Amino acid sequence: MLTYVLRRVVTMIPMMILISILCFAVIKLQPGDFTTQYLTDPRITPEQVAQIRARLGLDQPAYMQYLTWMKGILTRGDFGYSFAYKRPVDELIWERLGWTVAVAGATIVFTWVVAIPIGIFSATHKYSIMDYILTFIGFIGVSIPSFFLALVLMYFALRMGSTAVGGLFSQQYIGAPWSWGKVVDLLRHLWIPVVAIGLSGTAGLIRLMRANLLDVLGAQYVTTARAKGLHERIVIYKHAVRNAINPLISIFGMQLPELISGTIISSIVLNLPTMGPFFYDALINSDQYLVMTFLMFSALLMLIGNLLADILLAWSDPRIRYQ
Amino acid sequence: MQTISQTQLMFRRFRAHRLGMFGAVILAFLYFLVIFAPFIAPADYLQQRRDYVNHPPTRIRWIDNEGNFSLRPFVYGTARRRDPITLEVFWEEDYTKKYPIYFFVRGSSYKIFGIESDIHLFGVDRDSGGQLFLFGTDRFGRDLFARTLYGGRVSMSVGIFGIALSMVIGVAMGGISGYYGGMIDNIIQRLIELLRSFPRIPLWLAFSMILPANWSSVKVYFGVVTILSLLDWTGIARVVRGQVLNLRSKEFVEAARALGASDRKIIFRHILPNITSYLIVTATLSFPGMIMGESTISFLGLGIKEPMTSWGLLLKDAQSMDVLLMQPWLMIPGIFIVVAVLAFNFMGDALRDAFDPFAVTGSK
Repeated sequence: MLTYVLRRVVTMIPMMILISILCFAVIKLQPGDFTTQYLTDPRITPEQVAQIRARLGLDQPAYMQYLTWMKGILTRGDFGYSFAYKRPVDELIWERLGWTVAVAGATIVFTWVVAIPIGIFSATHKYSIMDYILTFIGFIGVSIPSFFLALVLMYFALRMGSTAVGGLFSQQYIGAPWSWGKVVDLLRHLWIPVVAIGLSGTAGLIRLMRANLLDVLGAQYVTTARAKGLHERIVIYKHAVRNAINPLISIFGMQLPELISGTIISSIVLNLPTMGPFFYDALINSDQYLVMTFLMFSALLMLIGNLLADILLAWSDPRIRYQ
Repeated sequence: MQTISQTQLMFRRFRAHRLGMFGAVILAFLYFLVIFAPFIAPADYLQQRRDYVNHPPTRIRWIDNEGNFSLRPFVYGTARRRDPITLEVFWEEDYTKKYPIYFFVRGSSYKIFGIESDIHLFGVDRDSGGQLFLFGTDRFGRDLFARTLYGGRVSMSVGIFGIALSMVIGVAMGGISGYYGGMIDNIIQRLIELLRSFPRIPLWLAFSMILPANWSSVKVYFGVVTILSLLDWTGIARVVRGQVLNLRSKEFVEAARALGASDRKIIFRHILPNITSYLIVTATLSFPGMIMGESTISFLGLGIKEPMTSWGLLLKDAQSMDVLLMQPWLMIPGIFIVVAVLAFNFMGDALRDAFDPFAVTGSK
């Protein structure tokens, strides 16, 4: 197992290099760079713009910029410098990582807490009216774009007179020390992004759980368990659900990276202090090192998520062996 | 005794799938709406009306304010008022002005399939001064119903072009990868892995920044299509590769090779027809992703640009809380996204069930 993990980690290295090249290429293919915005500014002369370009290293050929950037990462762990914020990008990303992970984590909890019981209910009440209704809601869940859902939830919350819309805290709690009131306030704000971001994942998970459990419930050992005269509750929860839930574990590992990128758009709509709006601004401003580092970071999370999914699967299911 | 072909069998199974048929009917209706948008919409989608800015959807009535019923629906004229205390703008119906709605009325002229016309499916008499805004108007007084239909032309066609393109790339890459194997296979697989190791949304956004700002909306449209398919073909390529790998060693392919058929002939005549059903299912199930992708990019203002419009771009206007409260009708285009995606999901699921050969024969 350990050698397997090690081998996977080692193969991630060339992948990360390719990923960094792709990130860099995407940025360089964009028309203009960070200094383009100064060209239309009457207070700054073209010579000054050229000076800024030289100072930021943007006048060098693309491959030199890439090599300098890579060298910084490998030798000093320096991911570059944000032009707009005039600070190192890793610091900036690190600052916003907390809330991003918090929102994504809350969404993961929501997804599983809602999806698993509903999936079990749907499977054990197959073809009942409730099953149809839940299936239909699930279909809508996967079909609604998260940003539109965020708008709809915001609309209804506003119509019902809620003031806890947009952002994560009400005005009076921003910068205030943690207190019970602040936590309650956070939860009142948090439900909209959590539902908006999490609904499609929840719907997908319900469908998977339902299908898996239905498969398992048709298996012979379930019939045996029933024939032994076991209580139906034990048959379902101890025998069937445990086996049905196994394949879902691999989804768990992939959820965090997907949610971190999934928060981007809803965060822009809802004005959350996560990485989403930050990445968007950086893109618009061609703040190249910030964009590249963010892209690299999200790809790295994806790779780790993949690995995590495989490890979790092997750990939970003794039938899976890696040689 | 009567025998039916595999295709007929699939078609039959598809027709028996109620949700799938429902999705297909909805899609047919949506495509009808957007293709004949200029005829169906009572107004032009670009015409700005300074007197009717942010007008809510016009109420269509059958019963007038005195309780009289008329079979022909009508609308009242509206006037802009301002609340003297809150200064809030609202629209008041003027019961003295009544405009009946007619079928096939004359309105703005348009061209469709090379035919020039000014007849619209329904509307009020254009000389009477009445206005019919089915979905209300936006901040320039443009008719949202017309804009939604025209936006649908973009949103519903991005998928077609995008999937056509990703199909070509995916089949070519997957076919080459699976058929030849070895070094080429390895390189293509690494490329696919590379593209798949990014979460979709950030990469979409980063790619869409490549489109130059001075491009015309048509160019941007095809730019968006290209971006969406550049990130979408990997799924198709994987399916195709797996199928080709599987079929490559089958007897009928060996027989064709023994008869001296060229690689191209083997791929196009013997292997591809066998994976058509997979491709159709994959294509149908890719539509939702394409529609969502386009609307996501456009919603953030990085995709389709004015004067062209799309459902995502229309929703962009509804981003702020003030707008949500004051002009909630601007969210209507979002409902169209949901309905279209839902219908494609229904149809894709039904096709997958219908094309599943195990459903009848039970053996490989």
